[in-house]
Amino acid sequence: MTGWLPFEWIAASRFLREGRLQTVAILLGIGIGVGVIVFMSAALAGQQANIVRRVLSAQAHIVLIPAREIARPLRGGQPGVAEAAIIQKPLQRVRSIDQWQKIIQEVDALPEVTAVSPMASGAAIAQRGEANRSVTLQGVDAERYFRIVPLPEKIVSGQPRLGAEDIIVGVDLATDLGVRVGDKMRVAVGTGQGATLTVSGIVDLGTKGANQRLTYVALHTAQALLGLIGGVSSIDLTVNDIYAAEDIAQRIQALTGVEADSWIRTNAQLYLAINAQVIANTTIRFFVGLAIAFGIAAVLIVSVVQKSKEIGILRAMGGSRGQILRVFLLQGAVLGLLGSLVGSALGGLAIVLWGVLVKNPDGTPLFPLDLDPKLFLAAALLATLSGLIAAFVPALRGARLDPVVAIRG
Amino acid sequence: MAEPVIKLEGVCKSYGVGTPVETEVLHGVDLALERGEFCALMGPSGSGKSTLLNIIGLLDRPTSGQLSIAGRVTGGLDDKALTQLRGHTIGFVFQYHHLIPAFTALENVMMPILLERGRPDAAMRQRADELLASVGLTQWRDNLALNMSGGQQQRVAVARALAMKPALLLADEPTGNLDTHSAQGVFDLMRQVNRTQGTAILIVTHNHALAEQCSRIVQIVDGRITTDRRL
Repeated sequence: MTGWLPFEWIAASRFLREGRLQTVAILLGIGIGVGVIVFMSAALAGQQANIVRRVLSAQAHIVLIPAREIARPLRGGQPGVAEAAIIQKPLQRVRSIDQWQKIIQEVDALPEVTAVSPMASGAAIAQRGEANRSVTLQGVDAERYFRIVPLPEKIVSGQPRLGAEDIIVGVDLATDLGVRVGDKMRVAVGTGQGATLTVSGIVDLGTKGANQRLTYVALHTAQALLGLIGGVSSIDLTVNDIYAAEDIAQRIQALTGVEADSWIRTNAQLYLAINAQVIANTTIRFFVGLAIAFGIAAVLIVSVVQKSKEIGILRAMGGSRGQILRVFLLQGAVLGLLGSLVGSALGGLAIVLWGVLVKNPDGTPLFPLDLDPKLFLAAALLATLSGLIAAFVPALRGARLDPVVAIRG
Repeated sequence: MAEPVIKLEGVCKSYGVGTPVETEVLHGVDLALERGEFCALMGPSGSGKSTLLNIIGLLDRPTSGQLSIAGRVTGGLDDKALTQLRGHTIGFVFQYHHLIPAFTALENVMMPILLERGRPDAAMRQRADELLASVGLTQWRDNLALNMSGGQQQRVAVARALAMKPALLLADEPTGNLDTHSAQGVFDLMRQVNRTQGTAILIVTHNHALAEQCSRIVQIVDGRITTDRRL
């Protein structure tokens, strides 16, 4: 008898092999279902990662800014007197985050935070000859900032260098002003402060808005221009789990007292769209999984009826209810596991085909779907488990068969 | 004197208890079978033979009355204990041989021991080999049960019934489906087991020629024992 396996294994495998056509048909059914689930999961993850990567590659996951200035009327209301106070909203000056060095240390110590970078930013006018454009001046510490936004990867010409006299500009701004790497341009802020800087690099940030507006200079250059000596206007963070960014932001806010905005809040529409996609996708996957489970259950119900005589004999020969139960549970689990192997192969094939067939106009894949081994492991585990659960009712029916009726029938 | 292998006292069986169609098929059966007896149970169709056999085989429970198997009163036992007692003391041979088609002849013979011990071992394989040899089917040991003739299948079934060295062998028309020659062969096999091992055998049969070769004939009509004759 096949090896020294327990009775339940031997009987389950023999029964499955005996009903060959049934077994093959249900395995194909499970396989197609699991294949769809595998492919959809990979597609979802790939697409999501693609969108998020495009969006987040040019921005921090969390931005810390000083708490907003709020006007508080100092007049206390006298009892019984209603005051119709007109409160003028305060101007939001460019201000520094109070004790920002200490905050950076605190935030850096959090395990979820992967990079921290201070920034001094404000509005400015970029001028060259007759042309001028309003820009956002961002003063950063190059070494720290490049870990948040990888500017070196986005350079189209020049160097990602930020010396005291250097400025990096977006491609559209460079076109508008007619500057090339090495050219000089003047940057002035509203107070009249200004400096002449040399273009060290030109970057493509992915969107036209950013390419027209964003400029990068050294932190102390911006501090001097914006009148923020020794101060920073915001702190950029990246975190290890981008979907936890909002939670982390709230914790940082509670910890430091400064305002923390996560990308989830600043890109609420995008986040909602991604979420809707996840829900739709999960729903489909759930119902495909359910269809698989019912398929397994249907096959096993038929199998119990077909095998009722054998079940009766086994019981008459001293087989226990538990043994019968396990024989059919095992069949369910084995069908689930084998089906998931077929499904993983089909899903994997679909993913590979996607990479080969569905391409951008430039020949690169539309978005990459990665063959994550964890996905296949999860599919196998889930399918086995649902096979086991699906087998439960038929197995119980088999175990409860009255041997007398079963043998006579 | 040793305990009888089977002892029935006032065993009644009704079907459809509590419904308007309640019918009693056994009316107070008393019967005892000693070790080494070879007893034929005869009676017309619907007389309650199979019901009696199922009750003795612990596949069914009596509505009232007492049944002892190998000295053990079975009334208070739960399903698990009954299954165990059945596995250890009773071997079955059914009319339609009832081998399990997905298994080979050898595996079918091993099955009762396998169910008892949980996983196969060399000892049970050897025991099954010996049993298969004793019914003259060694060369068929690796054939699937379905690929054998009716007589061969029934001999495998007898070998299987003996796997646990039961004290009692119950056979429900074991030859009813076979030609005369095969029927005599299977019967001879059972008689040989009865003589050499002292196994008590209760065999339901319609075949008078075979019944006359037994040591005792019990007649049952309408759920009552009418004659009990030792030969």
